Amino acid sequence: MAEIHVESVRKTFGKVKAVWDVDLTVHDREFVVLLGPSGCGKTTLLRCIAGLEQVDQGRVFIGQRDVTDLPPRRRQIAMVFQNYAVFPHLTVFENVAFGLRMQHRPKDEIKKRVQSAAELLHIENLLDRYPSQLSGGQRQRVAVARAIAVDSLVLLMDEPLSNLDALLRLEMRAELKRLLREIEATTLYVTHDQVEALSLGDRIAVMRDGQILQYDTPLNVYDKPADLFIGGFIGNPPMNFLDGEVRTEDGRLIVRTGGGEIYPPPEASAVLSRLKEPSVLVGIRAENIETLSAPAEDALQATVLVVEPLGSHNLITMQLGPEQIKVNTDADFQAQPGQTIWLRLNTDKIRWIDKASGRALDYDVSPQS
Amino acid sequence: MNLKRFNWEPYLLLLPSALYLVFFLAWPMFQAFGLAFQADDGHLTLDYMQRMFSDVMFSAALINTVKLIIAIVPLQFILALVMALLMMERLRGSDILVYIYSIPLAISDLAAGIIWFSIFTQRGYLNSLLYGLGVLDKPFLFLNYQSNWPFAAIVLAEVWRATSIVFVILVAGLQSIPRDYAEAAEVFGANWFTRVWRVTLPLLRPSIQTALILRTILAVQMFAVVVAIAGRGMTVLANEAYRWYSEYRSPHLAATYAMFILVISLGTAFIYLRALRVKEEMVL
Repeated sequence: MAEIHVESVRKTFGKVKAVWDVDLTVHDREFVVLLGPSGCGKTTLLRCIAGLEQVDQGRVFIGQRDVTDLPPRRRQIAMVFQNYAVFPHLTVFENVAFGLRMQHRPKDEIKKRVQSAAELLHIENLLDRYPSQLSGGQRQRVAVARAIAVDSLVLLMDEPLSNLDALLRLEMRAELKRLLREIEATTLYVTHDQVEALSLGDRIAVMRDGQILQYDTPLNVYDKPADLFIGGFIGNPPMNFLDGEVRTEDGRLIVRTGGGEIYPPPEASAVLSRLKEPSVLVGIRAENIETLSAPAEDALQATVLVVEPLGSHNLITMQLGPEQIKVNTDADFQAQPGQTIWLRLNTDKIRWIDKASGRALDYDVSPQS
Repeated sequence: MNLKRFNWEPYLLLLPSALYLVFFLAWPMFQAFGLAFQADDGHLTLDYMQRMFSDVMFSAALINTVKLIIAIVPLQFILALVMALLMMERLRGSDILVYIYSIPLAISDLAAGIIWFSIFTQRGYLNSLLYGLGVLDKPFLFLNYQSNWPFAAIVLAEVWRATSIVFVILVAGLQSIPRDYAEAAEVFGANWFTRVWRVTLPLLRPSIQTALILRTILAVQMFAVVVAIAGRGMTVLANEAYRWYSEYRSPHLAATYAMFILVISLGTAFIYLRALRVKEEMVL
């Protein structure tokens, strides 16, 4: 296995900037997820690394070797395609063996490797079948087996689970995680599904408009989104963003928001005090809001609009001053639409976002490691 | 809608082409069958068939037809395949190729034959060119029936005229193969040749089958190009059918030749269908 290193790569299609000056490093044996909405350039970036697209500018390194000008077959990569791309005219065995045959490996070695790859993916009893005789999930397993059967430096996966139905996707997700941990492959995985990204990645690179906005651990991407877009894109429900006004009263920094006042913790106060404009966006996740049935000094008054019981918890939409806010509560929380409730925001978990740029105030501007 | 009611619509839509096939193909075929195996007084006979097989021109016509098929069809197939694969590489300007390659499709076989005749004839374009360039000091008799030149000229004319139909079928087939397969092959280490051989061609099989059947059957029926270029100098099966009808006034023998051509056509179609059969489980 090896590391992937991408240096100021650009790829345009006509006037569309699909990938624009992207730097990215995937460490040896790391599992990195490229996450972003459709059209953000994540698949294009993956294809540039695979060599299926020629970069306009920049360099691509795989295992310290500059592969920018090499065709895909010379890059020592393995790939899983979104539509599986298992060859319909070959049996499962021949599909899994394809890469090994291209490398002219000896017969018994091919047999052994195919067997062990098939066992890892539980398809060893399907080896004589043709893809048309398999279900979507089984074809997916064949595609993964084909990729791990060869000695590749890195494993590239392009939305490998997006064509599976919801239940199967959940099952395959856990299995992929186990499998990739087991074989310790350097993996770059493209998806538009934030849950998939959070659950699988060692690190997540969030992309939009051809650029990487944030590159961090799943927890940090979720808890400390670099900007407005990421906070809204990741998490279900998306992060709440409330208009806030920074002011100082009696030498203490407070933020007026949601028709009340909140008191930022000391580190946040230091950052907020340096703001040129007094306005700020208060980003808070639905689970970081506490509901109270009686008023309290640091609680904001809100009115219940909608209660959605989701089994494990309830999702409540509330009117908070001029804005709406989503709050997660325990499943046994009882509330009626129209009822008044008090909300206490966990100020340690608030993301303070610059209104003009949309970027988090404390966020380091150089997101790539 | 009442599910039990018989749905006439699809049959109604099929009717015009069905009528066409019955009146212009099935009925004449049936009549030809009658002419070939029925004497004028109405009783069944194998006389005409015996006369065809013992005719002096028969074996020459058959051998020439087979020789032409063997020379033309593989050549056309390989040329068309190379052209189609080139086209699929999406090199700059390759879109224009499809139009250029398709031009001969619009030209009738007789016209094509005459064009090539005017190239190869004694005072034709080729002789003029070679004479003008000083390569020849007097016109060369290309279409001398004792030489192999007429055969070569016919092969050239046919390749020029009908390669494009194979090309069009193959391009259509190639375009229906998802790009993923080629990309997967590339990623897993296949070079261009291996990719084409191990992935593209097997997936193209149904189109190859269609193209070969169509081309071979049309080659079995080859007529106008041969007449235009070789005249009396060379005969093929369809020429014999025509000659027996128009010169010897024997519709019976003409029909017998036609039947023979039909049997060969069916035979080749059957062989291709078997040889290039795509197993059901190999289709996704």
